[in-house]
Amino acid sequence: MSVGRVTKQARSFQYAALLAYVVFLGFPLVWLTSTAFKSTREIALGAAGFLPESPTLANFGDAIRRANLVDAGWNSLQVAVASTIFVTALALPAAYGLARYKTFLRPVTLGWVLVSQVFPTILIIVPLFLILKQFQLIDSLVGLTMVYVVFTLPFALWMLIGFVANIPRELEEAAAVDGASRMRILVSIVFPLLRPGIVATAMFSFIAAWNEFLFALVLIQTPEKVTLPLTLSRFVGAEGQVQLGALAAASLLATIPSLIFFGMIQGRLTTGLLSGAVKG
Amino acid sequence: MATDVDVRPTAPTTPPKSGGRRGGEKDAWPLLLPALIPIAVFSVLPLIQGIYLGFTDSRAGLNQVTRFTGLENYRDLLSYDLFWQSFRIGLIWAVSVTFLQFVSAMGLALLLHQNLRFGWFARLLALVPWAMPPVVVGIMWRLMYDPNYGPVNGFLGAIGIGGDANLLGNFSTALPAAIVVGVWSGMPQTTIALLAGLQGIDDAMHEAAAIDGAGVWRRFRYITLPQLKPVIIAITSLNFIWNINTFDLIYVLTNGGPGGRTMLPMLFAYNEAFRYGNFGTAAAMGNVMVVLIVGALVFYLRSRLKPEDGR
Repeated sequence: MSVGRVTKQARSFQYAALLAYVVFLGFPLVWLTSTAFKSTREIALGAAGFLPESPTLANFGDAIRRANLVDAGWNSLQVAVASTIFVTALALPAAYGLARYKTFLRPVTLGWVLVSQVFPTILIIVPLFLILKQFQLIDSLVGLTMVYVVFTLPFALWMLIGFVANIPRELEEAAAVDGASRMRILVSIVFPLLRPGIVATAMFSFIAAWNEFLFALVLIQTPEKVTLPLTLSRFVGAEGQVQLGALAAASLLATIPSLIFFGMIQGRLTTGLLSGAVKG
Repeated sequence: MATDVDVRPTAPTTPPKSGGRRGGEKDAWPLLLPALIPIAVFSVLPLIQGIYLGFTDSRAGLNQVTRFTGLENYRDLLSYDLFWQSFRIGLIWAVSVTFLQFVSAMGLALLLHQNLRFGWFARLLALVPWAMPPVVVGIMWRLMYDPNYGPVNGFLGAIGIGGDANLLGNFSTALPAAIVVGVWSGMPQTTIALLAGLQGIDDAMHEAAAIDGAGVWRRFRYITLPQLKPVIIAITSLNFIWNINTFDLIYVLTNGGPGGRTMLPMLFAYNEAFRYGNFGTAAAMGNVMVVLIVGALVFYLRSRLKPEDGR
């Protein structure tokens, strides 16, 4: 801040506070990572060293074998990719329509985004379970994908509307004057300009599907169809306190994809959220 | 809008209103319906059905006939002590997590707004919980709290309080320990919202106040806080709703234990529905929660939104 002169004392206090935050926020992550590379013996001894004494990859092999990580990862990947594609394909035209046309559906949709927050998922998940059962979509990755698409869409719309609203309308009007068709305008002008918004929405959808737990817990029953969060939660129960190293390794592996995607979009995600909130 | 009146012939050169329409409402429908119909069918309808189920005796299993039972579920709930205990725990959890999230995120946002060196690093760290699967957050903190291996005990021992307890397994410490995890995992959205709010405040106000001799605290109290009020109210309300509906984090961290001390209402309703098969009762619990959450929000918003006393 440009106001006033910050005394040296105040400055050091600020850095001390910042350090405390960094430790609180960062230490658990360091601990998880370090545990993943520690040998079973080192963990069992309880000699809680900050870094592994003799780093080993054994936990990762162990985790992959025992926690069914490969199959679960493949399931998670399919669900997350399919859900991302559908969410983006459906949200893109809809967000454009909501941002550019004056329709009663706009306040209705945005209102739903807010209202739906208040209702506990349990109210939706029981009837959804009964409905999907009728269509034999219980215990199916297709059914799970459908649910993820539906529950990610409102938020994706919210984000994308903000991005559409940031595109100057004059560009489209100029193209229309030059005789470009509606479709042509969308494909040649709007979508290219929307690319940052599309990327952010897509990655957001991917992370949402990749991380989701409750729907998967209720809808998936057979072990061959579990997603990563599901297999991890069962690994906790099955292994108790013994296999901490493998548990940490499995958790780390399961987090990497969404962490990478998140790192790529975090700037845009935050501006997207905020512009969606303001311009929506 | 008044421009619908047919004035075009007389004013043909009027430029279109910038917020106006291009084409009629019907033109937009082909764009909107593919997205909105699935939302209506698979989330609005189930929600309505879910609210209705709360007034029936619906149960899991084949050949179950569901009957409308009116308020019977709610009469039963009144004397269902475990549910109310879980609701009380949910309230303690939601209020403490929301409050601590707000205080700690406010501190961090103020620091990040100072453009300190390494501020970017703290900002990045504050965002990481957002990207992590909640299940992994739960597992990670189990490692932190592990009675034999976790560093939290070591830390508490070093500063002279406790140091040898199974924090997540102990009746008196399980909920506070879980609350810390809730605060950790809720830092991102709170910090970002407050930081964005801070960046929206005009620096000139601070400068003017500083020239008038207002110190840091007075400027915070009389400029920053009032200016941030809308953001603060919005984010704390949302956090409260999200927190009272927490499920995955607690499922992995404690699964409601020990002895139900961390049994949040969502977990309780989940068990009722999918462990014991009482769909009707679970939906009724959901309805009760909606009413109580909305009530709490109305109470909160009314107390926050009334004009500042005497100013």
